[in-house]
Order: sequence, then structure tokens, then C-alpha cells
Amino acid sequence: MADGNTINTSRRFFLLASAAGGGLLLSGCMTPADTTDGAPTLAATPAKPAAPVVDVNSFVAISPDGTIRIMAKNPEIGQGIKTMLPMLIAEELDADWSRVVIEQGDADATRYGMQIAGGSFATPMHWDNHRQTGAAARAMLLQAAATRLNVSVDELSTQPSFVVHTASGKKIAYGDLVADAAKLTAPDLKAVKLKDAKDYRIIGKPMRNWDSPRIVRGEPIFGIDVKVDGMKYAYFEKAAVFGAKVVSANTDEIKALPGIVDCFIVKAGPASNTKMGLSEGVAVLADDWWTAKEAATKKLKVQWDEGDTSTQATAKFDAKAVELAKGAPMSNLSKSGDAAAAIKAAAKVVEASYVYPFLVHAPLEPQNCTAHVKADGTVEVWAPTQRPSGGIDLIAAALGVDKAKIAVHMTRCGGGFGRRLDNDFMVEAASISKQAGVPVKLLWTREQDMAHDPYRPGGYHNFKAALDKDGKMTALANHFVSFGRPNASGALAVLSNATMAANEFPAGYVPNHSFDQSLMLGEMPTGPLRAPVSNAVCFAYQSFLDEAALAAGKDPIDFRLELLAATPTAAASAGGRPGMVASRMADVLKVVRERSGWDNRKSLPKGIGMGVAFYFSHSGYFAEVAKVKVEQNGAWRVLKVWCVGDIGSQIINPINAHNQAQGSIVDGISEMHQKITFDKGRTAQTNFYDMPLLRMDYAPQIDVHFHVTNNPPTGLGEPALPPVLPAVANAIYAATAKRIRTLPVTQKDISWT
Amino acid sequence: MASYTLNVNGKTETVDVDGAMPLLWVLRDKLDLKGTKFGCGVAACGACTVHLDGKVARACVTPISTVGAQRVTTIEAIGQTKIGQAVQKAWLDVDVMQCGYCQAGQVMAATALIATNAKPTDKDIDTAMSGNACRCGTYVRIREAIKTAAGVDTKDTREV
Repeated sequence: MADGNTINTSRRFFLLASAAGGGLLLSGCMTPADTTDGAPTLAATPAKPAAPVVDVNSFVAISPDGTIRIMAKNPEIGQGIKTMLPMLIAEELDADWSRVVIEQGDADATRYGMQIAGGSFATPMHWDNHRQTGAAARAMLLQAAATRLNVSVDELSTQPSFVVHTASGKKIAYGDLVADAAKLTAPDLKAVKLKDAKDYRIIGKPMRNWDSPRIVRGEPIFGIDVKVDGMKYAYFEKAAVFGAKVVSANTDEIKALPGIVDCFIVKAGPASNTKMGLSEGVAVLADDWWTAKEAATKKLKVQWDEGDTSTQATAKFDAKAVELAKGAPMSNLSKSGDAAAAIKAAAKVVEASYVYPFLVHAPLEPQNCTAHVKADGTVEVWAPTQRPSGGIDLIAAALGVDKAKIAVHMTRCGGGFGRRLDNDFMVEAASISKQAGVPVKLLWTREQDMAHDPYRPGGYHNFKAALDKDGKMTALANHFVSFGRPNASGALAVLSNATMAANEFPAGYVPNHSFDQSLMLGEMPTGPLRAPVSNAVCFAYQSFLDEAALAAGKDPIDFRLELLAATPTAAASAGGRPGMVASRMADVLKVVRERSGWDNRKSLPKGIGMGVAFYFSHSGYFAEVAKVKVEQNGAWRVLKVWCVGDIGSQIINPINAHNQAQGSIVDGISEMHQKITFDKGRTAQTNFYDMPLLRMDYAPQIDVHFHVTNNPPTGLGEPALPPVLPAVANAIYAATAKRIRTLPVTQKDISWT
Repeated sequence: MASYTLNVNGKTETVDVDGAMPLLWVLRDKLDLKGTKFGCGVAACGACTVHLDGKVARACVTPISTVGAQRVTTIEAIGQTKIGQAVQKAWLDVDVMQCGYCQAGQVMAATALIATNAKPTDKDIDTAMSGNACRCGTYVRIREAIKTAAGVDTKDTREV
């Protein structure tokens, strides 16, 4: 997946459209357990209502007692979607939120269409149709009440969970109408009338995450907590070198160890282009996971055929990137005007190279999956996944099973960040269950998670900018060195997420630009990390823009505003992500300037500096200012970050929206400390002591402000992240005069006297 | 394999396991207490934080043979103490959670902090909580929730 904005959202909801007008049924089978606790049921056979209750396209069910069950269709990875999507339905249904129970939907493309946690899509994809679904259900309750009271629907209105006939003062609870409403035909979703925003009772109000009470009580709601009757715990040993094959293993010796239930070799499944399919390895099963893991890590001896990727090394990549940057680019990504000529004619040329490393996702819940390949050929899976359909595809291919026979229950995910868009853990668990003939819970170690990740690719940007005598940028050239693998015709094709947008800003906002690319062979798995591509490219571009601003003798905000004030040429919207509206970005920049006290920063002592950056991704506009303190020995801490975002007309759940922005900022700063490197084909980092996560004492104060504009609401899982890295890097420069051109930031590089 | 008698959440439990087995896996896989989480296995993230006689311990590196008669308290029982209850309530009032996976450990560490230091300062919070990683980055709210539970001013007093 490239940046989220490229996916066409218009066909996502054919299900709703085609199903509208169809089956609205009633059954009284909602159990007390269902009505009091929306936690996903993790038993082998989840206790679910046998038939839909009042069901508007599978999302809403109302019990005669007034409980309203709303299905949450998307995976919950901590982005708050399990709470937010039902809020949209509940608002237009005019539900009493205290009577709503939220239930996690299973993977079911027929009912729910695409189910994915990715791309910050959930808001733009569901803003209209989820509200329409709620409004359709409300319309049916109104119709049922009109018939019962023998009045016109126009005479009726609703209060939370009641239909009201003002003229007679009569009120009927939704629960009392549901039996009648269920006999009606659902109205056309497109035809239902939606509320005015000023009448919202739920949207825009801070609604606590649905699962929070279960979390503070330690209830078993994550994938790792799943327990199925008769299941065994599995550890799966894979080679440290990507794609290695098993030559032999002492499986008989392992099987004879006390407490070990089984041990066998699992052959590799069909190759996937992300290298995140079924890898070859050795499974060890026991009655508890630790016993299996101990046997595997201490007694298992595997002879691997490591193949030709065992010489991969970051040091070699770095050297090759320098060599490639000196040569002619392999291809041009986009251009406008004549950048080379403009650079030749420039009053001043600014030149710099930026490097960022590979990164690992490292969600805190290690990869795991519980799978049961049954004797009847069906497969049941419980998985913390961001994209269940991908797991179903992998299992179907590896096991030779019809997709229709694979049932997937989505559990709450202990973090995602893009890692669980790849479903290697699902196909591993299913393959092990098939061979073992029992239900299996597979769990990885942290070390395995570090070693087997669809890494955020590293990259190398080699910039040249031309400034005229007035300090105006007249050209930007970039030779981007990245990673590829041979495609069918043998040419190097860029790796997943090792790309950049052809219209990366300021393309189209300067008269001349040229973005070129060269690729080197990279035989490692790569994939999307939160704010994919943007999280890397933003650091390079917005840092280099800062260098250009200072070379031009201009305030970094003024310089950016000048660029944004240009009338964009076609190059601003050609290729890559849809073009941004520059005035919206200029506005958030102006607001962050005010909120952060940017114009007073000259009074800061040496060692403390402020930096700015902005970025447009996932349809969101974010400008951020960071204030950083750097000790003379180079120890550094971000003191505060001011974040201003424009994600449209409505902040749906403000308490969660602020949390997402705060978390994105901490995540981005964390990334400035991190790297993944390769040596002898292996990932060098192993756990949180050499791949650090930012901690409490280094987390800054954060000021988040949403600049509300009259535009459709967009998502927030990602767009607040990219600008924080260059804002911090630019602040380090302001504090120390040391420019961060390579990540991670190292203390010795920024010490000062 | 040996037999170990434990005091877990006020209940006496006997398990027959290898003495090297960490308390974390005894809790999760033998006693079916899934609230204590596995994050790293090397005491580097704090997801497995429990209390031994009221003090913070990382269950993933605590061999069961070393637990002895110490009282083991896990997230499932933290609400039985007054401070634990106040911390849980503050976590909900502030709505700290994103994914929530680290939060059992955070709640355990915060409860132990307030139990020994009723009015923690920002520095106290930094010291007590920096062993507990939150991958989602909810630190602003963890700090606020600890102060809310302790009944102190929630303003962040650190240098800006």
C-alpha cells in the first residue's frame, strides 16, 4: 500500500447499497451477556445471536429491552475505531449511548465489505454510509410508530432511544417498536435525511473507548489471550536469514523432551512478493508456551540453507547508495521545467544528502494467532490482524482450502502500526494446526518480531536546490536511492513502501523540479509502517526545506508560506497522492505559529531551539512546531510539541482524536532513536534494549489543536506523525547549529560548546 | 518439574512446573490469568508488571522458584485495593488507552508508586514509570491519570 490517499473509496460499500431494502428481521435471542458486555467472546464457538435482530445491513440490532447492539466492522488496533464507527450509526439512529453495546464483527466481506485498519481510511470511508445506516434504522422506527399511532411520520420526532409524538405527548421506546419495525423494508440509504451537525448528541462528544473498562480489569480481549478447548501452544523457529530453507532438524530429540507434545518441519508456502507469507521452519508444541519456547531456543538444532541473501549488510547498502548517487539516475519519477538549467543559473545552490534507516513496527503484543484446522476441512482462526482478508488468502493458498471454509474472528490488537496488515502469523498458525491435527496457539518472541518484520525501508535522498537573488526557490532536484527486486522481466522494481510520491511538495510549487530514482537490490521484507512513505520522505524534504530557508536568509515559516502561496502547476497533482489544497496548509502553519509563540523564539538560550515542519498525508493537513533542549554533551529531549491539524469539519470523538495526535507525536520522536540494520543477512537488533521505545521521562508536553474547516472529515491514525520528525530535527539545528541529515539522531553528532 | 505453592491474588495455588518457568507463564498458561501481558521476555518493556508483596516486579524474568511465599498481585485483583481502584477509575476518566496492551502493566506500576508515594511529582513519575513502555505513546495521559488518582494538580510541571 502506498500512501492512503490513492485508494478509491467509491466501491467499498456496494454491500450496503445492494442490501438496502433487504431482510430486516427480528429475533429475541439477544442474551443478557450480549447486552451487558460488548467484549469479543473468545471461546471456541462464540456465543452470538443466532439470527440478526433488527438488522440494517448487518450493523444495528435492537433488543425489545432497548439495548442497541452495533457491530464494529473494522479491526481495532488502538486507533479507537471500535468506538468511533458505532458513534456514527448511533448518532443518526438517535440512540441513547448508554444503552448501546458494541460488538466486534468477524471477518465477513459479504456483510461488511473491506475490513482493514490502514491508511487512515475509516473516517472518509464510513462517514456517510454509517450515518445513513443509523438514519435508515431510525426511519424504520419512525414508520413503525406512525403506523401504531395512526399519525403521519412528519408529526414524529426522536429523543434518544424514543420516538416522540409532540402533539399528543406520546413517547414510545425503540425497544417497543422493534418488532414492528423489523417487518418493514429498509429505506434507500442514499435517500435518508441526515442530521444537521448542530443537532449532534454523540458525534463531537468525548466518548471513552468501549474496551477501556475491560482493559483496566485485565480481561482477556487480545489475540494472545485466546483460549480454545484442546489447544496446544506453539513456538515456530525460523531462520535468521530471510527465505532460508530447512535442511534438517533434530525433531525426534525435541519430541522426546519432557512436556513437548510435537515437533515437526513446516515447509514454505507460496512465495509472496512482500516475503511475508509462510516461511520454512520448525514447530515445537507443548501444553504451555514457555516450555515449547525453551525447548526450541535451547535444544533445537536446525541446519539451514541460507541461500544467497546471507550476505546482505547495511554497510554495503550505504556504500552502494553513495556510489549510485554519484552516477546517472536509473529513472525519472517526475519533472517540471528544467531543474538542471535553473540550478546552473542560481544565485545560490543548496546541496545536502539525507539518510533514514529501516525501521521495525514492534507492536507491543508480539505476533500470535490461534488456529484450528478441523477434520471436516474447515478452518477457524482467531487473530489480531489489521487485514483479515489477507490472512484468509494466505491460508487458502498454503493449505489448499476454499476461502469460504475459513472463518476468522478478529481480536483486539495490541498495537498494529501496519505490521498486522501482513498476516504471516495467521498462515503459520493454520499450517501448524493442520500438521499437528489440533488447535494451536502460535506466539512469537520479541526477538522473532524484530527479525521477521515487513520493515519500513531505509532511503537516501540527494538534494540540490536553486535560490535566486531574492532567496526564492527556483528549482529542486532529488536523486532518491532506494531498494528494488527483479520483476518478471528481470528489471529492478521498487520494493513495497520504498517509494516516494512523484508530486512530493514542493513539486509544482517551484518552477522547476526533477525527482529521479536509482534502485539497489534489497532481499528483505518491507511494508507499510504508520504513515507509510510519508514517515520517511517528510523527514528528508521538510528538513531540506529548512536548510533552504536558512540559506535564503528567511524565517522557516515565512519561507514555507511563500512556497505555498505559489499557484501550483500541474506537477503538484500529477502522480502519487492527490494534490493538497495549499491554502489549508498555510492556515494550519499560521495557527501553529501563533500557538507555539514561534515569533518569540529568538530569546531562547543556546541549547534550546524551535523547529517547524508541515505535511499533507492521508488527506490530513498538519503543521507542527517542536521545542528541543540539547545539553552540551549532546543529550537531548523534546520539551514540547505544538500540533495543528485540519482534518475537516468534524472531530468525531475528540478525546480519542487528541490521543491519536499525541501518540503520533511520541511515535515519531521514538523513530528518531531507532534503526534496523542488517549484517550477514540478519537483522542486527533483537529487543527493546537495542531498538528503544521512547519512555515517560522523554515524552514531551504536547499541545494539539484541530483547525476545523468546511471539508469532509478525514482520518487521524497517521497524518499527525510525519511532520514531528523534521520539526524536531530542525529544532535541534536551531539549538545547536548541527543539522540532522541522518537518522537516528546520535548524541555525539549534536554535542556543542 | 517441582510443585510450587503460590499466593496469587489472595488465593493459594499449586502448580507443578519447571522451577525456571517465569511467573508470567505460570500466571498466563497455568492459572489462566491472562491480564498480565508478554511484551519482551527480558524486563525491557514492563507489560508483565505485577506486585510481589506490593512491590513492582517483572513477571517475565521472575523464575517461579524465587517467588516463595510472597503475595502475588495481578491486574485482575488490583481493583480490590483502594489505590488500585482509584488508579483504574483515573485511567477511565482520562481515557488513557489506545491499544491498551501495556496498560495492565502501567496500572500496576502506577498503583505501586502511589502506594509508597501518595503525592508523586513529575520527577517521581518519570522515575517510577520509565520501565513501562507504551508503544502507542499515551504518556501524556498516563502522567495525567496518575496525578488524577493521587488527587494532585494534573499540570505538567516539567521544563518547557
